[in-house]
Amino acid sequence: MAILADKNSRVVVQGITGREGSFHTAQCKAYGTNIVAGVTPGKGGQSVEGIPVFNTMEEAVKETNANCSLIFVPAPFAADAIVEALDNGIKLVVCITEGIPTKDMIMVKDYMKKNYPDAKLIGPNCPGLITPNEAKIGIMPGHIFSRGKVGIVSRSGTLTYEAAYQLTRYGLGQTTAVGIGGDPVHGLSHKDVIELFNQDPETEAILMIGEIGGTAEEEAAEYIEDCVDKPVFAYIAGITAPPGKRMGHAGAIITGGRGTAQAKMKALEKAGAYVVENPARIGETVARILGVLEIAEEDKTCDTD
Amino acid sequence: MKLHEHQAKEIFARYGLPVPEGRVAFSLKEALQAAEELGSYPLVVKAQIHCGGRGKAGGVKVVNNAEELESAVESMLGKIMKTFQCPEGKPVNRVWIEKATAIDREYYLSITLDRSVGKPVVVASSAGGVEIEEVAKENPEAILKEYADPTLGLMPYQVRKLAFRLRLPPREFSNIALTLYRIYTELDASLVEINPLVLDKTGRLIALDAKIDIDDNALFRHKELEELEDESQLSELEVEAKKYGLNYIKLNGNIGCMVNGAGLAMATMDIIKLAGGEPANFLDVGGGASVDQIANAFRILTADKDVKAVFINIFGGILRCDRLARGLVEAGKKVNFRFPIVVRMEGTNVEEGKKILSESGMNFVNAEDMWDGAKKAVELANKTEV
Repeated sequence: MAILADKNSRVVVQGITGREGSFHTAQCKAYGTNIVAGVTPGKGGQSVEGIPVFNTMEEAVKETNANCSLIFVPAPFAADAIVEALDNGIKLVVCITEGIPTKDMIMVKDYMKKNYPDAKLIGPNCPGLITPNEAKIGIMPGHIFSRGKVGIVSRSGTLTYEAAYQLTRYGLGQTTAVGIGGDPVHGLSHKDVIELFNQDPETEAILMIGEIGGTAEEEAAEYIEDCVDKPVFAYIAGITAPPGKRMGHAGAIITGGRGTAQAKMKALEKAGAYVVENPARIGETVARILGVLEIAEEDKTCDTD
Repeated sequence: MKLHEHQAKEIFARYGLPVPEGRVAFSLKEALQAAEELGSYPLVVKAQIHCGGRGKAGGVKVVNNAEELESAVESMLGKIMKTFQCPEGKPVNRVWIEKATAIDREYYLSITLDRSVGKPVVVASSAGGVEIEEVAKENPEAILKEYADPTLGLMPYQVRKLAFRLRLPPREFSNIALTLYRIYTELDASLVEINPLVLDKTGRLIALDAKIDIDDNALFRHKELEELEDESQLSELEVEAKKYGLNYIKLNGNIGCMVNGAGLAMATMDIIKLAGGEPANFLDVGGGASVDQIANAFRILTADKDVKAVFINIFGGILRCDRLARGLVEAGKKVNFRFPIVVRMEGTNVEEGKKILSESGMNFVNAEDMWDGAKKAVELANKTEV
C-alpha cells in the first residue's frame, strides 16, 4: 500500500528541461519512477532521457494520462505551474521549487481549497516524497531509504535523510517518506500526512520531524491524541534557536513566544507520542520501542543517552 | 527584509495614510535643518534601527527646543543601541524627526499571514503602544481578528465591524485598515503594523509608528524596495554570508557549525547543547554546496573570533561526501584554520570522502555519528578555551 505514490503513479515533470529538472528526472527514472512526460513551454517535441516533452500540461495529460506532477519551475513562475497542473486534473502535485513568494502560495492554496478540495499539494520548498522500491518523486538520495513499516513526515530535507538513514541502519524500512517543506504556506501539513499514514494498513509506526515556528506540530498533536493508535515518534529541531531569527526556512521562526520547540514537544508528549530529544538517537529510539532492539522493558524511555 | 520606520512612514504617506509630518536625518546638521523645516517644537526624535523596544532604550525623545534636539540627536547618532529585543545592539545611523502628536488614546493595527489558515489576518486592539504578544497572552479577548479572503480581499464590512467594536470613527478607521491591506498585498509584505495607531486630541487617527517587513522571496518583483535595505543593521559576517548565498546566523557560543539544510543545522545546534556546549552560529551551506562555497563558509567561521572549534555535520544527498571532502581540503589550503575541525559525514560516497580527508594530511577529527561529533567538538572547544 504505502501512501500518495506507488509504482502506478504516472509522473509528469514540469520544468523538465532545466538544470535541476533534467538531473532529477534522470535520478527518479533510474530509481524506477514511472515518468511519462515532461513540460517546458516552447520545448515541446524534444525529449529528456527518452521522455517526451510537451508545451502545455493539457497536451501532456491528454497524451500520457499523467496523474502526478513534479515541479522544478523557477520561483517566479511556480505558482502558475501548480495551477496549470491542477486545472488539468492532476491530483497530486509535488513542488520542489524554493523561494516562491508567500502571496503566490496564499492565492494557490486558496484556489485549491475552493476548486480542487480533493487534490493534494506537497511543498513547495521540499524534497518531495518516496515510496521505497516503487517511486521516488523528489530529490532525495534513493539509496538511503528501504521499504518497511515506518511512515516519515518531515518539514526538513536533510533531516528526513538523516532519520531514514538511521531507521534503515536499524533494519527499519519505510512505507513512504514525505517532505512537506519549510515554507509558511504549503500543501499537506504534518496532520494531513499523519492522517494518511494512520489509514494505511502497511504503515505500523509514524515518525514525524518538525521544527520551530507556526503551530502545525501542535495541530498534529491534537489529531494524534484523538485518532492515532499507531506508535508515533517525534523529533522537533530548534530547541536552541533564538526568538525572532529566521532559521533558514522561511517558516522557522519563533515570534512572540509562539512556535517554540519546547511547546511542540510538550504537546506531542501529551498526545502520547514518543518525543526524541537527541537527533542522533532517532533510529535507535524507534527500534527500541518497536522492539526491534532487544532491551529490557524498563529501559523504554526516550532519554538522550 | 525589514524597512526602517521612516521608510515605512514615507510609504504610508504615499498611500495617503495619516502620519506625523517628519524628516529623516543622517547628521546633526540635517537634524537641525529638518527641525527648521518642520517649523515649530515640540518635536520627537526617533532612532532608526531594525529592532523593537527603542522607547525604553532611550531611542525616542520629545524635544522642546534646538538645544534639546541637539543633545537628543547626539545621544543616538553613531551609537550602538541595545534594546531588550536586540541585546547585541544595532548601530544608529539615522534619526527620524517628526512633529509631536497630542495623544488621546492608543490602538494597535496590523496585517500579517496566519499560517494555520493560510490567509492574511487583520489584528486590531484597543490596547496599543505595548507589545501585542503580551496583550495576546494576558488579555486575549482584547485582540480582534478579521481574516481576508485572498481572492476578494479585505471587505469594507469587516473593518467597519472592527471600527464599531473599537469605538473609532468608522469611515476614518476603515479607510486606514483597507489602505493598510492594499500596502500589504501590493508590496508583498509579510507584516504591516501600526503600533500605536493614535486618536489625537482633535479626534484624528494617526499612525504614530510604522513597521513594514517585506517577503524576501518577492523582492525580485520589487526592485524599488530592494534599494531600501540597510545593511548596517546586519552584522558584517551576515552581509558577507548573504553575498555568497550562505545562510548564517550568529549565536553566542564557541562552536562553529557548518551544515547542509536548515533542519539539520538546527538539529546540530541542539545536539551541541545536549552535549554541554554552545553553538557559535547557524551556518547552512545549502543542498548543492560547491568547493568555493565551502571555502567561503570557512572564511566566515574563521573571522568569528568566538569560534574555538568547528563541527561539520553533512548528510550527503545531492551534495556528495567526496565533493565535500575535496572542498574542505581546498578550503584548508586557502584559509588558515586556527581551530580543531570535527567532521561527521554520512550518505552518498562517504567512504571516498573519508579517504580524501585522511589522506589530506590535515588535522580533521573524524566523528562516527552526530552525537560523537558533538561531544568531540564540545570537548575540543573547551580545551582551546582554557
